[in-house]
Amino acid sequence: MHIVICVKQVPDTETKIRVKDGQLDHSETKYVVNPYDEYAIEEGLRIKETLGEGKITLVSTGPERAKDALKSGLAVGADEAIHLLDKAFEGSDPYATALILSKALQKLDYDIVFCGKQGVDEDHAQVGIILAELLDIPHVSVVTELEISDDVRSVVTHREVEGGHAVVETSLPVVITAQKGLNEPRYASIKGIMAVKKKVIPEWNAAEIGVEENAVGVESARITFTEVTLPPDRAGCRVFDEDPAQDAAKVAHLLRDEAKIL
Amino acid sequence: MSNDVLVVAEIRDGALKKISLEMLGEGRNIADQLGGDVQAVALGHGVADVATTLAHYGAQKIFVADDPSLENYTAEGYTNVLANLVKQTRPALVLLGATTAGKDLAPRLAARLAVGLASDCTGFAVQDGEVLMTRPIYAGKAIATIKEAGRPYMATIRPNIFAAPEADTSRAAEVENIPADAGEIRAKVLEMIMEAGERVELTEADIVVSGGRGLKAPEHFALIEELADVLGAAVGASRATVDAGWKDHSYQVGQTGKVVTPTLYIACGISGAIQHLAGMKTSKYIVAVNKDPEAPIFKVADYGIVGDLFKVVPVLAEEFKKMKAEG
Repeated sequence: MHIVICVKQVPDTETKIRVKDGQLDHSETKYVVNPYDEYAIEEGLRIKETLGEGKITLVSTGPERAKDALKSGLAVGADEAIHLLDKAFEGSDPYATALILSKALQKLDYDIVFCGKQGVDEDHAQVGIILAELLDIPHVSVVTELEISDDVRSVVTHREVEGGHAVVETSLPVVITAQKGLNEPRYASIKGIMAVKKKVIPEWNAAEIGVEENAVGVESARITFTEVTLPPDRAGCRVFDEDPAQDAAKVAHLLRDEAKIL
Repeated sequence: MSNDVLVVAEIRDGALKKISLEMLGEGRNIADQLGGDVQAVALGHGVADVATTLAHYGAQKIFVADDPSLENYTAEGYTNVLANLVKQTRPALVLLGATTAGKDLAPRLAARLAVGLASDCTGFAVQDGEVLMTRPIYAGKAIATIKEAGRPYMATIRPNIFAAPEADTSRAAEVENIPADAGEIRAKVLEMIMEAGERVELTEADIVVSGGRGLKAPEHFALIEELADVLGAAVGASRATVDAGWKDHSYQVGQTGKVVTPTLYIACGISGAIQHLAGMKTSKYIVAVNKDPEAPIFKVADYGIVGDLFKVVPVLAEEFKKMKAEG
């Protein structure tokens, strides 16, 4: 069983988003592993533990600093990591990112590919699903439960839908996108963190994965952010802080009369 | 290449979901600016009836793919049918709902067509024949304007943003049955497990009542539920309560939960961490109930009650109940 997990490094959700000249300003951003990718990594580790065999490979395309995200995954127990790194990859949109990942995956023998359901930065929630289409394999997105069949050739998953869950069965190989609730990610041990500190992570560039340079990166982009702005401030708050019961009654009436609720 | 807008209708239990109507309304606006028609496509089994309703809400042409293999939504089956349709009719823009089905389907369809996709859009503009989309990024901490490189443009639309048009029951439209062969489906739906209860779903709700750590114990969510029941509202929860195991993750509002845009959001005992604000800040009206006058939730609220939620929330429920009784 070879499990490949796609990992993205994203700004910490505590980060205040800044905009400069109509584009995002990341000069003061602190980066972390995308939270949804942590569920993906944990599920890979659990499958390997359950089966008692298997290999877990992490892949990431991103700038040099993305190695930190890969190291975080190695520290909790992934076996290998590959950094897809090339100047030509910079500025890739979701389609190009999925293309880069698909080319790398074609060099690996994979059974299950995990992604987070979305990056908590640009929130496209597209890459894992596009990747499945490019690899011509099925996908199940926003998965909260996963079980491997006894013959290790299929999985039964629960995916979140409005008001419930769909139970979806699929053959392998498959792309699974992880939703919160799938599991409780473990923390790295001190030993794990120390062990990966000096680990050299192999880099694969465009030539190595066989992707045309003009098929990825800014030039190839099918979608572009022409402008980024901050949302408008809200109007301000009318505060009621005298008597809880009377305040509640006042607000209820304002909601009916001013906001036309009910 | 036409100037038409194709709306992929979403159907649940044989009826159109509200998002389908919202897409027809905004689709009409965009089509008017492009100089094209708004069309709709309905996929499923036994869905011929919805064609009439789609016409009432403005669809000028309706494609129907009716087949037992399309009864349950599957990404593969729906992609196969829709990719064929889009290749033949060549619309300028394809709209899908940013729902659990639409968000699952749209990337697969976009990849099959090798075009770009703007996810979770909240605004559209037409400039020199190009469609520009606006959409929140970083869970709403910033807003991006998106330009797509080529046609068809594709977008998913966030529910509850655009108004549904008025129905006109005198309107009729041409209905065309299209090939409904789902093809090979590898990821198959075995069953749907729906939660019991009549409560409206979080992302579709017009009113949301949420509880946070201020509730002190999981059983006190009953207070939130009582108020929600009076208002016909959905129930939400802060990340802290979900992480503490008080509520399932499906209730979580915020950056690693659901983004909601109801008309009214009532936050009870929620301090308003940046991740939470990202998930509810674009609600039309926000009411905050919190003991701490410095809580960040008051920065985004329209009406703030500084006080003990155990005293405030029951009175809110009582007052709304009275108002409802009065009519």
